[in-house]
Amino acid sequence: MGLLSDPHCRRALSRLVVRLNTPLCVLSYVAGLGWFLAMALPPLAPRTYMSENAMGSTMVEEQFPHGERALAYARDFAAQKKKAGGIPVAWLEKTMWGLGLEVYKQPFARTLPFPDESRERYMVKGTNVYGILRAPRAASTESLVLSVPCSEGTQNSQAVGLMLALAAYFRGQIYWAKDIIFLVNEHDLLGMEAWLEAYHDVNVTEMQSSGTLGRAGAIQAAVALELSSDVVTSFDVAVEGLNGQLPNLDLVNLFHAFCQKNGLLCTIQGKLQRSDWDTLPAYAHSLQTLLLMVLKQGSGRPQGDHGLFLRYHIEAITVRGINSFRQYKYDMTTVGKTLEGMFRKLNNLLERLHQSYFFYLLPSLSRFVSIGVYMPAFGFLILVLVLKISLLGGGPRPGPRGLHALDLWMQLNKCEAASAERLWDGDQGAAHAVAEEPRPGLLALVPPLLVCHAAGLALYLLPVLGQRVATQHFPVSEAEAVVLTLIAIYVAGMALPHSAHRALPGGGSDRGWMTLKLLALLYLAAQLSCAALLNFSLGFLLAATMVPAAAAVRPTGPRLVLAALLVLSTPAVTLLLGIFLHRELEERPAGLAEGWQLFLQALAEGLLQHHLYGALPFPFLALLTYPCWLLLWNVLCWK
Amino acid sequence: MAAGPLLLLLLLLLGAAGPGAAAAAAAGPGPGLGPGAALREELLLRPLPAGDVAAAFQFRTRWDADLRRGAVSHYRLFPKALGQLVAAQGVRELHLALTQGFWRTRSWGQPPLGAPAGAELWVWFQDTVPDVDKAWKELSNILSGIFCASLNFIDSTNTVTPTASFKPLGLANGTDHRLLRYAVLPREVVCTENLTPWKKLLPCGSKAGLAVLLKAERLFHSSYHSQAVHIRPICRDASCLAVSWELRQTLTVVFDSFTSGQGKKDWSLFKMFSRTLTDACPLASESKVYVDISPKNEEKEFLEVTPTPTSVHEAVVQGDKRTYAVYDLLSPSLFNSSRSLNVQLKWKRPQDSQELSTPVLHAQRYVSGYGLQTGEISTLVHNTHPYRAFPVVLLETVPWYLRLYVHTLTVITKGKENKPSYIHYQPAQDRKRPHLLEMLIQLPANSVTKITIQFERALLKWTEYTPDPNHGFYVSPSVLSALVPSVVAMKDVDVEESPLFASLFPSSDGSSYFVRLYTEPLLVNLPTPDFSMPYNVICLTCTVVAVCYGSFYNLLTRTFHVEEPSRGGLAKRLANIIQNLERVCNLQSLPVMRRAGVKNEGH
Repeated sequence: MGLLSDPHCRRALSRLVVRLNTPLCVLSYVAGLGWFLAMALPPLAPRTYMSENAMGSTMVEEQFPHGERALAYARDFAAQKKKAGGIPVAWLEKTMWGLGLEVYKQPFARTLPFPDESRERYMVKGTNVYGILRAPRAASTESLVLSVPCSEGTQNSQAVGLMLALAAYFRGQIYWAKDIIFLVNEHDLLGMEAWLEAYHDVNVTEMQSSGTLGRAGAIQAAVALELSSDVVTSFDVAVEGLNGQLPNLDLVNLFHAFCQKNGLLCTIQGKLQRSDWDTLPAYAHSLQTLLLMVLKQGSGRPQGDHGLFLRYHIEAITVRGINSFRQYKYDMTTVGKTLEGMFRKLNNLLERLHQSYFFYLLPSLSRFVSIGVYMPAFGFLILVLVLKISLLGGGPRPGPRGLHALDLWMQLNKCEAASAERLWDGDQGAAHAVAEEPRPGLLALVPPLLVCHAAGLALYLLPVLGQRVATQHFPVSEAEAVVLTLIAIYVAGMALPHSAHRALPGGGSDRGWMTLKLLALLYLAAQLSCAALLNFSLGFLLAATMVPAAAAVRPTGPRLVLAALLVLSTPAVTLLLGIFLHRELEERPAGLAEGWQLFLQALAEGLLQHHLYGALPFPFLALLTYPCWLLLWNVLCWK
Repeated sequence: MAAGPLLLLLLLLLGAAGPGAAAAAAAGPGPGLGPGAALREELLLRPLPAGDVAAAFQFRTRWDADLRRGAVSHYRLFPKALGQLVAAQGVRELHLALTQGFWRTRSWGQPPLGAPAGAELWVWFQDTVPDVDKAWKELSNILSGIFCASLNFIDSTNTVTPTASFKPLGLANGTDHRLLRYAVLPREVVCTENLTPWKKLLPCGSKAGLAVLLKAERLFHSSYHSQAVHIRPICRDASCLAVSWELRQTLTVVFDSFTSGQGKKDWSLFKMFSRTLTDACPLASESKVYVDISPKNEEKEFLEVTPTPTSVHEAVVQGDKRTYAVYDLLSPSLFNSSRSLNVQLKWKRPQDSQELSTPVLHAQRYVSGYGLQTGEISTLVHNTHPYRAFPVVLLETVPWYLRLYVHTLTVITKGKENKPSYIHYQPAQDRKRPHLLEMLIQLPANSVTKITIQFERALLKWTEYTPDPNHGFYVSPSVLSALVPSVVAMKDVDVEESPLFASLFPSSDGSSYFVRLYTEPLLVNLPTPDFSMPYNVICLTCTVVAVCYGSFYNLLTRTFHVEEPSRGGLAKRLANIIQNLERVCNLQSLPVMRRAGVKNEGH
């Protein structure tokens, strides 16, 4: 730091930064992307290991014998479900009661802000049924949850069957130290949200549910199970939860350990890990897995029912049984044994899972990238913004007194005080020099800021509020109205009066746009850093797309190219590109038309996720990133 | 609301008035013993509504001597360890319960003797004790030694002095609650090492009588286990001129017949305890086994007990008319046909009704909210009585590290605010004493009352965390004490004659009975630092960042100038120095010095 305090070194450094600004920026950006790509390599992604002592050394011996019984339950359940035309509440209650569980049901209702066309639901009414296995000689202070979504159609009845068989087996055992809740939730995530809110007696969303519930203390961990066939060939584990929250890595390790013990194939993001690590195809494979995880986490959307548990500090994963065309099939007994083993290990826990990582990325199920390793990739991208900020401060304006990085910002704040001091000090020359330059007052920055944020607010509020008006005046359905309004406001934001500043004194000058760009860059850097801390993937994806355009934008030079670059970097385009990339990685590429349809769906879903579960990406993008991007657009349109 | 204080008064007086008035003629002395000491033992077997079986043992040693004088030196039936303790610490009444598990009132009905999960100790001291807190500390340490329990963890941070919830159960001529101390340790784990000293206090040990059934490997293979010791003074006879001391040792176990019986709910003594009864304790004056065979839903012959009971006893217990098959171990006819007694119960028809009759009063408690900053403790109290309202005294003890916001206390019944007619609140002091909240709440008929209070989680000092901080911190159960109106009219019965299980809490009149319920303990997570290597890493990183930040801030807030060679003469330098001095003297904090060298403008 002495280096920076010494004016000579400082000046030298600032000269270096100013002169080599563009190469440094490019270098930093490339380094960031390169680092990210390198994360799929073994040196940066070490092997996973179990940190929790209670789950480590001692393996439990699984004895679950009821595979056939599970299938019988599944057939019964499917028949009853068909008869009832929904979740067979009475049958479930009776069966669970017969197994010796304490049974409760929870009716809930929710009216969606607008109809969900992809799932065809608007006014949702449902019932969750759950049974509590009371641990002997424990005071119901802790519990575990096994949840099974009961969705429409014939799906998942095997999971219900297996859950009931497990409950029957668990009920006969004496070793339980934690209560176990067996939950069948209707309308997947909606039911889960309703149950969790009622269990914790909070009302985060506008869910209506009734009844006083049976409770079992603080939930320590949860597993959501999805199975749709009598045999499985592999298991897929979903970890990404609401807002990109992840469960403790030990829970994923636990699942992996039991899959290996029972010889089950397990995948993550639908990708089986390869045994060779040194070859190029293997690297490409793990990079694809990593990219898929980043895309899913960045979307902020829960990838399974477990995703909603994470808000309540409950570690949870979703386990999906897959039946593909592989040769080896596993029956219900093996699957049940795996789950039994997991629950017995979780039952052994003395503390909540806290030993292992909460922030990680998984290039495969047995390798992980920890927060310490992936943050530099983001850091390099943000460094571009920081370098640009210093350039704006010192670079293009070699004044009489060598101004340094960020001094401009200082001067803006201390304009009054500084000039007063100078006058007092008698340093007339400098004071005159400052006074001669046309200084943009802070006032000039107010109109663009206000306009941009008003646009953001409109983007956030109007689509849902204005759906009725839109359906009255245009021949569209509500859901279409919402999405089209969203797009319309988004595009209209670019055409707003971005020249209001010209009316003010000092507007329209070079200093003016530089100040505005400085502000926009600071704003962008701050919000991306915050986003990356909470949801690395979202922060990284936005940074990777927005940083080059943000660094390059200026009202002079090849404006058409810059405009194209800026439009390409807007969050909406990022989303569109993300959708194409996702389909590409899943090896079922989407055509243009299909991609557009998916894009519209994703927009509607983003809004719904926010209103139904409190997902944050939509408000973050609408209220912060979009206005920030508009500020950059403003810079482009300054003259 | 005028009824509120009256009812409170009733509750207050209940403990004091009950046993004195009801105690009657002394029981006959045991065989071969001198006058003044008697032992009664009793086992109550009760099938619970959910299909489990509760077994409640009671051993009562009664001694016609006054322990208080300290003059007693010859102990026969009464254990000396406890007798000396009572004399030395000036104990008037002592109640200690060690419990593993939780009594599920909703599915099991009212407990025969309620106890919270963990260890519970409440003691009334004599008014002659000079320093109650000191006596309490010593007492808990001695008891800790006697029962091998961690009662020595009872200190001022978990001890409270309730004003209304706990009244003396024995003979007392005053209820100055300053002589009362109450503490619960919800974390205490109860196991064989607590059972063995408890069994040693019995006159026959576990060699003869009902105590042969108390085998640890079976008792702890159960859903609920609670053992207790109650010492209290009682009237020696109806005139109540002299005092006798009573020691009651109780043990309640609930066996999960579902697990052991493969779905069938039949049971026998052998199945539950892997022992049968062969004789009575020779020192006992009474030794009986009661089996609850009350018919459900007016259907008689629903169940069948073998062998044929000696007699059948009918009583009204906890507001319910009940029929008991009685086996008197002292009657010679019982062991005539077979050498041992193995009571068996068979259900003639499988029960398949899901509808459990819920008890009149039951409660549930939980923590609501999420995140590690604030939370809310909610208690739901149900009154399922179809037409009678009754008051309940609620006692909440909350550790100091949950900072209660008392202004957020709400009591809501049927959507309307229900104002408690009596509130006693003692705020916590950090690291010294817990919150104590007592309320008298009227529960309307057929209602659910929700009591909520918000709290903030305190950040502890790093040495104050337990070795397993991520497990969470326990909040002791809240206590509900109520006089529940009875559906069936109760007769005034003679305490000495009636079975033991009916006589610890005496009823004040024929229309209501006393119930004490405990809710589940709570497990609350506090904000916890990560006590591991990442924690150190974070500390180091923060230090580095702080250093960088300091320098960076410096850079932002300072202007730097390069020294120009001083061309001024001596006069100018002098002028500078004088100017500087002036500035320093005037204490102007914002001078700008730009004359010589690199100067700072500190802001």
